[in-house]
Amino acid sequence: MSARDDILRALRAAAPAPAPLPDLARLKAVQYPDLRERFAKSVVEVGGRCVLVDGTLEDALRAIPEYASARKVVSLLPGVGRANVDLASVSDPHDLQDVDFCVLPAELGVAENGACWIVQHGGPNRSGAFLTQHLAVVVRADALVHNLHEAYARVTVPSPGFAMWLSGPSKTADIEQALVIGAHGARSCTVLVTPT
Amino acid sequence: MSEHSQRAGGFVADQPRMHWHDQAVWFVRNKRDIARSFVPEWEELRSLASQIKAHTLSRLPDYLEEFERNAAAAGARVHWARDAAEHNRIVHGLLRERGVTRLVKSKSMLTEECHLNEHLEAHGVEVVDTDLGERIVQFRREPPSHIVMPAIHLKKEEIGELFHEKLGTPAGLSDPTQLTEAARGHMREKFLAAQAGLTGVNFAVASTGGVVVCTNEGNADLGTSLPPIHIACMGVEKMVPSPEALAVFLRLLARSATGQPITTYTSHFQGPRPGAEMHIVIVDNGRSRILAREEYRNSLKCIRCAACMNTCPVYRRSGGHSYGVTVAGPIGSVLAPHIDPKKHAGLPFASTLCGSCTDVCPVRIDLHHQLLAWRGELAARGLVPLHKRIVSRVGAWVLARTWAYRIFGKLLRVLGPRIPNPWTRQRELPPMPRESFRAQWKKRVRPR
Repeated sequence: MSARDDILRALRAAAPAPAPLPDLARLKAVQYPDLRERFAKSVVEVGGRCVLVDGTLEDALRAIPEYASARKVVSLLPGVGRANVDLASVSDPHDLQDVDFCVLPAELGVAENGACWIVQHGGPNRSGAFLTQHLAVVVRADALVHNLHEAYARVTVPSPGFAMWLSGPSKTADIEQALVIGAHGARSCTVLVTPT
Repeated sequence: MSEHSQRAGGFVADQPRMHWHDQAVWFVRNKRDIARSFVPEWEELRSLASQIKAHTLSRLPDYLEEFERNAAAAGARVHWARDAAEHNRIVHGLLRERGVTRLVKSKSMLTEECHLNEHLEAHGVEVVDTDLGERIVQFRREPPSHIVMPAIHLKKEEIGELFHEKLGTPAGLSDPTQLTEAARGHMREKFLAAQAGLTGVNFAVASTGGVVVCTNEGNADLGTSLPPIHIACMGVEKMVPSPEALAVFLRLLARSATGQPITTYTSHFQGPRPGAEMHIVIVDNGRSRILAREEYRNSLKCIRCAACMNTCPVYRRSGGHSYGVTVAGPIGSVLAPHIDPKKHAGLPFASTLCGSCTDVCPVRIDLHHQLLAWRGELAARGLVPLHKRIVSRVGAWVLARTWAYRIFGKLLRVLGPRIPNPWTRQRELPPMPRESFRAQWKKRVRPR
């Protein structure tokens, strides 16, 4: 018999009596009086920067020092940022190893944890989003939700595909619990909240 | 003395270091408490998580089949392994067929459990653990001492010395930021040179066929977005029914583990990148046997947050290596005896049964009850040392007879301090009262 059938048979034989799936819709999850304020606070708490954009997106980007000094820039937001890499023409994800700055659009932002839902990341060339030294994430103010339950009710992962929650810059505390920003991925993460 | 007691003895011999470890781990427990305080529905979330897992375990084969169908539809190939050896053969086979000799790995306790690294290295594959803590212990050729913070037992000076030797950092450098920067540079080269990436799995979602991997460093993402092959290894118990259920666990996991509201990267892999391959290896390795045992099956709900270790007074003062297994602490002590009851018979005794593990567990595993159940079972199977069995027998006999209890009480008040007792090696026995409680009670309540 195959390993698959052996394992499934063993699990069937061992299965406990049926237990019902609880009704998740009945959960009253945390809500915040001011979504934007709570989201911005959460982004800062996870080591990121949050900017409420009131002028143009371009100006807001230019105010980020790492953007201003970046040489190689990738933008997944068409027409935004002075992108000088055409992802469609990149045939090898390794070619993105020297990206300095990457701009990612987020479909959703979650107030309770500062996480942004990233579905547009470059597909076969999503390595740019992880190899980049610095990140900016752009999310619309009307795309903020209170908690992850609301978030999952509104997002889907494309199949086949890849999507992620991104919450702040890459970090580690593996050496004596000291928090260090910039482990393997982005050294900074600026979240730009654009008006509705 | 059990192996755990012996190894713990070595750890506590260095008192300042033991206290430092205790404080470092307790610091994380405190961060968990703070994070929890911001979620008013925390206790309800724990109950929901526990119920979702109970439901999923009761229908595990159905969910695994649903997951397999959906993963295959998304373009992933699903493999099944009955045990560690089969898992290692499958992974090595995939690498061999594709001529892979350089593999980057993000954290996977399952592959630690299966000793995959040793297997692959014996076959000429270079395996680089890319989580910083894992890389540190890999350089030292030792297992992780903690499932979330693998190098929590080491001081920054020791890591500095290690990096000086392995990465050529300046001698005497011990600043965590500079050491991390050195590791970043070293690991970038490894990521860029890798021919395949292997990850663990935090959650596998049945209704979508996707796997979810949580990291703070971004190492799982670099390891899977550069090379053309992604291998994800998971135990059968990683299943959750749907994205809605996943939300419950993601809210609990990072808060319980490190006090963060969510990890930096929570990546949902649904099939391979265009032009790449994705393989998922589903492993039993004794889990179906645990599922069959009613008193222990709740341990399969575990989401590996390590909160039970961080809170455990024994773990904090004896260190993860004293357990001698991949997963240490209370959860490790209830899982390990399933693998080898004789070898790990000491672990269920490495606890004060204070119940703090049960109190913090995000999926409400009845950990201290399981530890106690194991003690009974190990004793019944004759796997508890003779002296412990004799003491328990005598104790039970005495406590069942009032007259014997009185005589023994008197004897112990006189002889107790003189009996050689390993317990008093690091502690002082309080002075013995001159009279029994019963005698004192009589005087105070009914004075004559």
